[in-house]
Parts: sequence; C-alpha cells; structure tokens
Amino acid sequence: MRTMTPPSPDGATSPADGGGKRSVLAEWQLALPLALAFASIFLAPLLMLVGVSFFNDDKITQPGFGQWAKFLGDPFSYKVIADTMLLGLKTVCATIVIGYPLALIYLDASPRLQKVLIFIIVMPLLLSVVVRTFAWIVVLGREGVVNTLLMQFGIISEPLRLLQTELGLVISLTQIEMPLMLLPLISVMSRLDPNLRDASSALGASRWRTLFKVIVPLSMPGLVAGCLLVFASSTTAFISQTVIGGVRLIYLPLLIWQQSLVVFNWPFAAVVSLTLLVSVLTVVSALSYLGRRSGGYVHG
Amino acid sequence: MQEAVKANAARALDVEDLSVRYGTSTAVDGVTLAIEPGEVVALLGPSGCGKTTLLRVIAGFVRQAAGRVRVDGATIDHLPPNQRNIGIVFQNYALFPHMTVAENVAYGLRARGLKGPEVEARVSRFLETVQLGGFRERLPRQLSGGQQQRVALARALAIEPSILLLDEPFAALDRNLRLDMQIEIKRLQRTLGLTTILVTHDQDEAMSVADRIAVMHKGKVEQFDTPVAIYDRPQTLFVNGFIGTTNLMNGRVASLQNGRATVALDAGATIELAAPAGLGIGAPVLMSVRPEQLALSAIPGPDAWKVEPGLALPIGAQLVHEARTTDGTFLKIIEPRRAVSNDAVRVYCTLAADARPTLFPRST
Repeated sequence: MRTMTPPSPDGATSPADGGGKRSVLAEWQLALPLALAFASIFLAPLLMLVGVSFFNDDKITQPGFGQWAKFLGDPFSYKVIADTMLLGLKTVCATIVIGYPLALIYLDASPRLQKVLIFIIVMPLLLSVVVRTFAWIVVLGREGVVNTLLMQFGIISEPLRLLQTELGLVISLTQIEMPLMLLPLISVMSRLDPNLRDASSALGASRWRTLFKVIVPLSMPGLVAGCLLVFASSTTAFISQTVIGGVRLIYLPLLIWQQSLVVFNWPFAAVVSLTLLVSVLTVVSALSYLGRRSGGYVHG
Repeated sequence: MQEAVKANAARALDVEDLSVRYGTSTAVDGVTLAIEPGEVVALLGPSGCGKTTLLRVIAGFVRQAAGRVRVDGATIDHLPPNQRNIGIVFQNYALFPHMTVAENVAYGLRARGLKGPEVEARVSRFLETVQLGGFRERLPRQLSGGQQQRVALARALAIEPSILLLDEPFAALDRNLRLDMQIEIKRLQRTLGLTTILVTHDQDEAMSVADRIAVMHKGKVEQFDTPVAIYDRPQTLFVNGFIGTTNLMNGRVASLQNGRATVALDAGATIELAAPAGLGIGAPVLMSVRPEQLALSAIPGPDAWKVEPGLALPIGAQLVHEARTTDGTFLKIIEPRRAVSNDAVRVYCTLAADARPTLFPRST
C-alpha cells in the first residue's frame, strides 16, 4: 500500500514509507503457502517425470537417452502424435461449426429461454465421464439410436460403423466438449454492446456483413479461449478415446496408459507423457498468440 | 471548410398514429408528428416516456403495432434498418472498437459497395467536417468522449442519410463539452440541411438545439410546438410541470365571459385570464404562473394576495423569494435584484406586468 505522505524535509524516510515496504513484503509472504503447494503438487511431479524419462531401463537404474531415442526414432510415434493433434483439431472445428451458431441463438433468445439453454449447454459437464461415454456407445452402436433411425427412414441399408472409428469419436467428443466452447463464447458475446449490431445495420450492412465484420472479430477472445479448452481437453480425453475409439485407434493417452500400467515401462511412458505435454502446449500457445493479436477489443 | 460537404435535399418525416406495444404495456401510444424538411425536432420527456422507442421505430429496430412512418410521403415501414438510409448516433456512440476512426467512417460506405478512392475521399471529407482529420488511424478507445462522438457523427453523416437521429447525444459529455457539441451539431445540421430528430430528457438541451419540441409522457405526445410556445403556453399540466419551474395555485372559476375566466384564488384574490375549453362556473382550477411572472408589492388590491415572505436568495442578477400564501401554498418569486429593497412592507403578491398565467382544470 502506498501512502500519499510526502517525504520529510530533511530527506529521511518517513514512517509511512517504511510501513509501505513492510506491507509489500507481507503480501509477497502471504502468497508463499500457495506457491509451495503448487510447487509440491505440480512442479515436483513434473520434474520427476522429466527425470524418469532419462533412464534406459524400466527398473529406472541406468541413466541415458535410450527411451527418447527409441520413441523419436520410431515412425509410428509420429503417426500417433499427428493423429492425436488431428483429433483435437477436428473436435475444435466441429465445436466451432455447431457452437458458434448456438451461441448466436442463445444471444437472441429471451431471458427465460436462455436459462433453459444454459442448462442444456452445461449438462455434459454435470454427467460423469463414464456415464456420458457409455451413453454414446448406446447412441452410436451397430443397433444404436443413430443406425436404427437411419435404417428406418431408409437412408442406409447397412448399419454404419461409428463405434471404434474416428468419426464416432469426434461426434461424441464434440458433444462432450461443447460446453467448453460455448461458455467462453457466450460470456464474451453477451458483453458486446447490443447497439453495435444496430449501428452496423443502420449504416446499411446486411446481417452477414454485421456477423463477419463486427460480431466475429469482437468475439475472437471467446472463440480462442474455447478452442484452447476444447483442444487441450479432447487430445487428453483418455476414457472417450479408449471406450469409443477402441484399442485400434491409438492416441498418445492410450500409449501412456499401455506403457505405464500394462508394460510397466515407466521411462518410456514418461517420454510419451512429455511429448503429449509439449505438443498440446505448442498448439495452445500458437492459438493464444493468434488470440492475443486479434483480441482485446471487448469494452474498447 | 463547410463548402466541401454538399447539402443534400432535406426530407420531410411523418409519423402517423404510431403505437408500439411490449407485451401488455404500451410504450408509444398513437403518436402523430409532422416534421418539416430540415427541421430539428427534440423528443423530450422523462425516462420511460417512449421517446427512445419512437426513435428506434423510425430507425427500423423496433416494429410498431400500428401506424406509419413516411419519409417524403413514402412509407418506410416495410424496410429493414439497413435499407432505410437513416443515420443514427447512439448515446454510447457504439463505435466499432476493433476498427480505426477511418474504418469506422468507411464502414457504411463499404456496406453500400463503394470502393477504394471514393471511400477514401468521403472518409477524409467527413472527418474534416467534424475536425478529426488527424485522427484517422486511432482506435476509438484512444479518443476522448467528445472526439468519439464526432467520429460517430461523421460515420452517420458519411452515408448521406435522409434523416439524422440522435439518441441522448450529449448525455455522456461533461458540461463544457456539451455546449460545444450542441453548437457544432446545430451548425453541421444547418449546413447539411438535414432533418434531425433528437431524443433527450434534458429540457435545456431541447430548448437550445431544437426548432420544435415534442414533449412526451406515458407514450403520448403532450405538446408539439416551438420551445418558446412550450415554455409560455404549456397545454397540459404535465408539460407545465416538466418545462421550467412553476407555481401552482388553487382556485375556482367565479365567472366566464368571452373565453376569459375570472378565478377566485384560494389565496384570496381574483384574477382574470384566458380559460381553456370545458370549464364551468364554480369548477376547481389550478393557475400556473412562472416565478419570474410574479411580483411582490406593498399595495393591497383585488388582484393581489397576502403572503408571508420567507427566504430571499440572491442568484446572480436575480433575487429568488420564497413566500407562503394564506392557504398554505409556497410560491417562488424571481425579481431583478435592486440596490434598495423594502421587503418588510412588501407583503402582497401580484402578477407581474407581462405575466402569462395558464389555467388547468383541477380534479378534486
């Protein structure tokens, strides 16, 4: 806390200044327990993970770069990395395509309808991961809701294979991750000045022009935040990936699980984990860089 | 500088029997206004009187339940806002925060399909008009309130609208800037010859900027007249109370002759003044008279009533007296301040020489 007391005439530090210094120190100290907690819960395990990855054998006795060499030397690894990132990007695209119009509908809805909509939007977050994943099995299965309906209407003659395909996985992830796209989008959009739309319209702009020149650029911060959350969450969604995608679709989380809990090769699992972390962080920082460049105009 | 902006032909605007309902409540109730080409009209009233709703109907943002809006005789009710060619300046300016000043002004031109050099020329011309030529590349948040308003004005004018709508344009500005902007808008409006409608709850603003004022109350236009007429000849009790300060005195009609009534005031005097239609003898009435149209006097008479003088406050060149009548009404009286005043003996109140009191029926 700074006080407005002027320095005393002889140039000595006034008591108020000394008090100010002490309180700055106290504030810093107040944050210390939390910092220690974070360090022990997040930072220490991460450092241990890094440490474990530099051992050659699964008993963790011989230090070396063997596991890294094994992982990075295998073309299969790159396919898994690429598949995982692509899965994230496809889910992000699907949530944008469905989520953005939904956000626009939400904004135009009456306050009463908005309450109902927000409940539906948040619903996936309220259900257990296992329950909603199994629900998708019921929906997407050979004799599930989708196939039964499509066959009844005569659109298809053979059941579609949706389970254990990437398409089925993207469909279910889109529903599961939708709240993470919609909530930041709606929160940014509902803070936009409603007069902006009217102003655009009065200046002669069509609805589409207003959408692409005014609403989309101004909702960029929310869109980017949504993309980050959906991307990070869908690339690491182990249960959905495994239960709906099955064991033939291999993504990084599955590889980590196999190596750590099936084969018990912890150093290799550590290498894959760090690869997942770095790949997700790279895409996320690229997205947030783009977001910072386009964002920051809300309440301008 | 003004020659650069060519004056386009001013349009007449007619609002005919217009009503707007929100659910069960009526926001605008049968409003009719005939606005002359090139005229500045202020919609004046307290908040919730329907003035902003009326403006939004003209702009096309709100659909009316009944009635028509015509520009130069042609109805515009079926047109969406983006085809009405009406310029609007919002109370909060609603500048596009992600666009520079120049991009904001160019927005309407680009939406009309204008390209490159033509857009450039018009943007420069209108930014010069509002004296912001050097601010092209600034973002709205880097401008002061007054500058933002001028950008909003340039943006609205650049599309060469047929009508200009201003929604509480001065409300967000501080006092000194407000007067500057009022003068500037009035000057611009004169040069461009634009028919302009201004929404405000500030009577001074309406008085200073508008050619005619429509005083609105509960969705209805109570009076549509020049500022002077509204001040001097308020037609309803609401207008009378809303514009300026006034004194209301109870009385009864003693006699009626040739459209003039003799009123016996409860305070104890008889006054003769123009009677509104529909008054009978003995009818309870309210006499409204402005503070500067009352005078204190030392001489009793039939048209003077006794008062008990209270505080006297010197305000500039004027002296504001407070006085209490025998029937318990407090009056405000404004007189020019004199060097010598014999307030102790001036215990009678009369109408001043040029007083224009107004009579309203009183519900008992």
